[in-house]
Amino acid sequence: MRRLIFASIAWVLTLVPALAGVQIQEVVSPKGIKAWLVEDHSIPFAALQIGFRGGSSLDPADKRGAIYLMTGLLEEGSGDLDAVAYARRLEELAASVGYDSSDDTVMISARFLSENRDQFLPLLRDTLQKPRFDQEALDRVRRQVVSGLESDAKDPNKIAGAAFSHMAFGDHPYGGPEKGTVETVSAMTREDMIDAHDRVFARDRLFVGAVGDVSPEELGAMLDMLFADLPETSVPLPEKADVTIEGGITVIDYDTPQSVAVFGQRGIDRHDPDFFAAYVLNQILGGGSFESRLMNEVREKRGLTYGVYSYLAPRDLASVYLGSVASSNDRIAEAIEVIHDEWEKAASTGATAKEVEDAKTYLTGAYPLRFDGNGRIAQILVGMQLDDLPLDYIETRNAKVDAVTLEDVNRVAAELLDPDALHFVVVGKPVGLESSTN
Amino acid sequence: MHRILLGLAAAIGLGSAALAEDVKEAVTTFTLDNGMQVVVVEDHRAPVVQHMVWYRVGSADEPPGVSGVAHFLEHLMFKATDTLEAGELSATVAANGGTDNAFTSYDYTAYFQRIAADRLELMMQMESDRMANLRLTENNITTERDVILEERNQRVDNNPRGLFAEQMGSAQYLSHHYGIPIIGWRHEMEQLDMDDVMDFYKTYYAPNNAILVVSGDVDPQEVLDLAETYYGAIPANPDLKPRARPQDPPQIAERRLTFRDPRVAQQYVNRSYLAPERDAGAQEKAAALTLLAEVLGGGNTSYLAQKMQFEQKLAVYTGAFYSGVALDDTTFDLIVVPAPGVSMEQAEAEMDKAVAAFIDEGVDPEQLERIKMQLRASQIYARDDVEGIGSRYGRGLTSGLTVEDIQNWPDVLQAVTGEDIIAAAKAVLRPETSVTGWLMRAEETTQ
Repeated sequence: MRRLIFASIAWVLTLVPALAGVQIQEVVSPKGIKAWLVEDHSIPFAALQIGFRGGSSLDPADKRGAIYLMTGLLEEGSGDLDAVAYARRLEELAASVGYDSSDDTVMISARFLSENRDQFLPLLRDTLQKPRFDQEALDRVRRQVVSGLESDAKDPNKIAGAAFSHMAFGDHPYGGPEKGTVETVSAMTREDMIDAHDRVFARDRLFVGAVGDVSPEELGAMLDMLFADLPETSVPLPEKADVTIEGGITVIDYDTPQSVAVFGQRGIDRHDPDFFAAYVLNQILGGGSFESRLMNEVREKRGLTYGVYSYLAPRDLASVYLGSVASSNDRIAEAIEVIHDEWEKAASTGATAKEVEDAKTYLTGAYPLRFDGNGRIAQILVGMQLDDLPLDYIETRNAKVDAVTLEDVNRVAAELLDPDALHFVVVGKPVGLESSTN
Repeated sequence: MHRILLGLAAAIGLGSAALAEDVKEAVTTFTLDNGMQVVVVEDHRAPVVQHMVWYRVGSADEPPGVSGVAHFLEHLMFKATDTLEAGELSATVAANGGTDNAFTSYDYTAYFQRIAADRLELMMQMESDRMANLRLTENNITTERDVILEERNQRVDNNPRGLFAEQMGSAQYLSHHYGIPIIGWRHEMEQLDMDDVMDFYKTYYAPNNAILVVSGDVDPQEVLDLAETYYGAIPANPDLKPRARPQDPPQIAERRLTFRDPRVAQQYVNRSYLAPERDAGAQEKAAALTLLAEVLGGGNTSYLAQKMQFEQKLAVYTGAFYSGVALDDTTFDLIVVPAPGVSMEQAEAEMDKAVAAFIDEGVDPEQLERIKMQLRASQIYARDDVEGIGSRYGRGLTSGLTVEDIQNWPDVLQAVTGEDIIAAAKAVLRPETSVTGWLMRAEETTQ
């Protein structure tokens, strides 16, 4: 394996120019709004990523789904433009805007040509500040959301994910349902949309990334135009969630040929000093490549699945360690047994020096490949700010991965991995599996 | 819903070679002595390269009775060669900080790595090795066959929409293998063996049936030199025949089907029509159909959405779909998801009325101009996606197009008129070449 270690050294030399291209500047607008910028004038367009911390977790218990529905309505008209006029205007400008909500954030991703910037930005400002929430649009989008909820209720992956979240987080907003229920969504009024909008859009939870054909001065003016009139603050964020995951199996009966399993246990905070060791550990155990132990044992050796993955899910209000697998009903029991055994083995005997070295080489080498395209870089800039990472993080991140030792990985494996607390939610008609009684 | 606008932008971003002078793609092409085509797309913004090998073979080229073998072989290409252990190629890519994968379609099979540009030679060494030196064991066959069966479970059998799409395809094509799913019919997949796989490999995996597409921070001459060293050393397959697949007789009767499944939450109507694909030197009809799909069902401002979602409120969702990149006749598809309380009969009837009214009224010139503006813009946005540029050439070249066709496509799209679109609609949206499918909830209730 000398060859591989040599390869990793050679890569570090090429890493510097790779990342030198991503020079982040912090821009503060005349009115004091901050953003991160990567200038690149080689193509005449820019990507703008706008994130608001809080996301759908800001919905009160009796209004679950309001923020998800409201986010879907942002593209349905603002200011003087109704839904159709608004959509036509965007098409004329060849700009696109995407909207997404999750437990922790509402994200807006915009892309616009430099030549149309001055016409596009007022449109985007109105989207944020003057959405119309017309009754017609509310009713129409509501029907789409309800249709989506009904589909989710019959999708084994969605059923498993929702059941796991509810088990892990209970009545905390993380326990769901993020998109609401048919009942709550059906009852939403225009007032609810305005309230949901007020909960999300405030300056003190705003994070902005801009990438492309924009100068710092231009960005400063853009920030003031887009955000200066937003309220300073909004409702408080929810409390941290208590994670309660007990080891065992929950079977949800569903008539389909392949069982889907979501599994997990408590996780590790993004700012925990051991986070990078855990990250390397997960890469070895189930981190999405063909080389992981889970992929190797469950797919390559036994052919029990098309894919098996695990991933750290550190969120703002709680952290879990999750995974998923799908196997035909008569084979899922074996897949789960193998996964459980691997969890146990990693907890008790850790990893090998070669595994740690290979994982680090992969993680450090693959990192620059993420920075491909203005939109993706803008997303990363907002992600970094939401995670409270410093401006120079991109330059220091690989050193943090490289600093992880075999001893770190093995210590964290013993501390973090808890096979007795690993819970599997299985949706299907699994043969030889029953819900454990706790 | 959240992503309809983005989806529209993505959907019309199909073709996007240069239009304005300053957005010309830096494309260089070569052909090696053994017949392997080489396409190099330069982009020096980051020291990264995408290395792809595209074979001019896909599931529609499979012999009868072994459906899924093209895709099965794609999986098995990650096993051992004379000099690489099973899994070593991917492990080596990963250990060099890269990512790799492969995909199979009706008309092509492709393998790719994304990695630091200075690792290109290593990629070519390994990729060329598995073009000629694959060594499979019986255990590889039995284990990986289980994997593809689980993949079929995941993509199709666990998903009524997947099963419905298979039925739609098989109703549309009588002989042509576009009517057979890429992943294969389960009963045939279960029987795939070493001989099936190796016959396919030996017939089709050869440099004269392959296209190398390298995009990123590379010098074309250096790529050519490396390609000659690694791919140039592999002999051509002299027995490779021109691609000739079973063709359908003309369709003369409309076909209908209803698929019921208790796992269906949202019922919908799907209509597909046989439609011409983009042909080398003759892309005009396909261009008109591409714009027809946008005008008729490409998002909230499209004709169907305006009529059925906004005015009549009979549909939750409507859409029209067409992709002209195919070797043989493809399909133009319409989808209507009825609103609550609207029957499938009514949804289908209103869809037909709306399409007839559209043909009658003609194309709104302002709408067409907006779409063309977006197409022009998509060429600027596409320059930010060097992965996408490489794939566009690979897909086009394995589907019978030339580099020139691919580069001309944006101009061909811009030249389409409203009259062209209506003429294309009249020519293609004919009942006798259609299949109408209803995806429905099962009548019995489930627990």
